[in-house]
Amino acid sequence: MAALVIAEHNNAELNPATLNAIAAASAIGSEVDVLVAGSECQAVADAAAAVAGVRKVLLSDASHYASALAENLAPLVVAVAGDYEHLLAAATTTGKNVMPRVAALLDVAQISDIIGVEDNDTFVRPIYAGNIIATVKSSDAKKVITVRTTAFDAAADSGGSGSIESCDAVADAQLSAFVGEELTKSDRPELTAADIIVSGGRGVGSSENFAVIEQLADKLGAAVGASRAAVDAGYVPNDYQVGQTGKVVAPTLYVAVGISGAIQHLAGMKDSKVIVAINKDEEAPIFGVADYGLVGDLFKEVPAMVEALDG
Amino acid sequence: MKILVAVKRAIDYNVKARPKSDGTAVDLANVKMSMNPFDEIAVEEAIRIQEAGNADETIAVSIGPKQCQETLRTAMAMGVDRGILVETDEDVQPLAVAKVLKAIVDKEQPDLVMLGKQAIDDDSNQTGQMLSALLGWSQGTFACGVELADGGLTVRREIDGGIQTIKLTMPAVVTSDLRLNEPRYVKLPNIMKAKKKPMDTLSPDELGVDIAPRLSVVKVAEPEARAGGVKVEDVAELVDKLRNEAKVI
Repeated sequence: MAALVIAEHNNAELNPATLNAIAAASAIGSEVDVLVAGSECQAVADAAAAVAGVRKVLLSDASHYASALAENLAPLVVAVAGDYEHLLAAATTTGKNVMPRVAALLDVAQISDIIGVEDNDTFVRPIYAGNIIATVKSSDAKKVITVRTTAFDAAADSGGSGSIESCDAVADAQLSAFVGEELTKSDRPELTAADIIVSGGRGVGSSENFAVIEQLADKLGAAVGASRAAVDAGYVPNDYQVGQTGKVVAPTLYVAVGISGAIQHLAGMKDSKVIVAINKDEEAPIFGVADYGLVGDLFKEVPAMVEALDG
Repeated sequence: MKILVAVKRAIDYNVKARPKSDGTAVDLANVKMSMNPFDEIAVEEAIRIQEAGNADETIAVSIGPKQCQETLRTAMAMGVDRGILVETDEDVQPLAVAKVLKAIVDKEQPDLVMLGKQAIDDDSNQTGQMLSALLGWSQGTFACGVELADGGLTVRREIDGGIQTIKLTMPAVVTSDLRLNEPRYVKLPNIMKAKKKPMDTLSPDELGVDIAPRLSVVKVAEPEARAGGVKVEDVAELVDKLRNEAKVI
C-alpha cells in the first residue's frame, strides 16, 4: 500500500515543509503520492511531481481550496484516502489544523509530530514538551500522521518524474471562510528553514532593543527567533516563537541571547547542531545545553560580536 | 448562547516529567496535577463571552479519573456555571475524548465548544479538530482572538507566517492558543462558591461511547541528553571557536 502526502502551498509554490513530510513517507518504505488541493495551483503540482521519489500527484483545483480551510480539505483527503495506508502532512499550523479532522472522519487515531519511523505502524514522537520520547504503535488500518519537519532531511526537489492526475473536488462545506492574513514580512531567511538563527529572550527587555538581535542576525545572514517570554511581552510577533508550542527548529547554529532556557524553549531548539548562549546569569539552564556559553551583558557582548565578525 | 468548555487534568506545567524505570509509561505517582494551561485560557474566554452578555450558560466537562472533579471545581471557581465529569480510569486518547465530547454536545446542545489547542502531556493537538469533524461543525484552531459577529464567529488564528483571520458559521469549535487571553486568578470566595455549583457524573458506557485506545505505547524514554559545552571568556574566543572549531560561520 502507498502513502499520500498532503502538500502545503500558497497556490504558487510548494512549501518546503512538504519535502520533509515526503521524506518521512519514504522512510515508511511505501510508494509516495502527493495531494495538491488548491486554486489555480498547477505550478505546485508540477513542483510536487518533480520531487525525488514521488510516484503520482493528485491535483484537485477548485476555488474553495484556495486557503486550505480544514472543513473543505479534510473531506477531499477522505475521498481519496481509499488506496492509501498512510496519510501524512508536515506538522505545521496547516497540517495540525487539517489532519486530526481527517483522522476523525476516518475513525482512526492520529500520530502527531513524529520524529522517527520504526516500521509500518510504529512511530517515535516527543511528548511532555520533548522531555519524554514515546514509541507508539497504531492498531488502525490507516495511519494519519503529522511530521516534525526538523527530524527528516528534505526530499530533493528535483529528479522526480511523477505523473499528475486530476481528481474531483468535494463540494464546498460552507462552514468557514478565509477573511485575511497578516504575514510577517522580512528579508531574512524563514525561521524553520534557516541555517543560522539568532533568538532573543526576556533579557532583551523591549521591542526597540531587539535591534541588537537583528544586527547580529543580519551580520550572520540569520533568521530572528524569540522565546515565549519575549513574544508574550510583546517584543516581537508570535510567529517568531521557538519552542514546543511555537516553532521547532534545528539550524546549524543557534545563538540564544538573553534566554534563560525554559524547558518549553529548549524543546524547540535543542536539536540544533551548535548552540551558543549569551546570558548574564551564569546559572541559566540554557548553559546546560549550549556548546559555547558566554556569561555577560548582552548589550555589550552582542555588539562586540558583530564587530568581531567584521574582523 | 450556551458554551461548553473541555478541561483536562494534566501534569502541572512546572513539573518535569520522567519515565518509569521500566520504560512502560510516564511516572505520574505523587506528581502535582493541574488544569492544562491551554484549557485555562479556553475557560477564561468562555467566561469573558458570558460576562459580556453574549452567553447564558457556560459548562465545563472533564474526562478521566475521580480527581478531575478538582479540575472542574477550578473551572467553576473561575466562573463556569456547572460541571460534567465523565469518569473513567482508562487511558482516553484524543479520538475517544472527541467521541465522549460529541455525546455531551448531543445532550447539552451548546452553540460553541471551546478547548485548549493541545494538552501539555501528550502534546497531540487533535481533540478540537476531531470533535469539530465528528459534529460536522466549523473549527477555529490556535485562536488568539474570538469575536461574535453577524450570527457567526470571527477568529484570529496564530499561523506559522503570522496571523490568519477566518469567519466561522455557528455552531463552532474553537481551540485556544497562548495569547488569546490571560486567565484570571481564582479568589478564595469563588473557590467556596464553586463547591456549591452543580456537578454531574457520567460514564463513557452511559454515553454509549467506545473509548478503547487505538495507539499502544511500546516504550517511553528520556531524550538523549545534550552534553553541555564550554564557557568562553570573551567574544573573541567565541568567534574564534565558531570559525575554527565548530566551523559553522
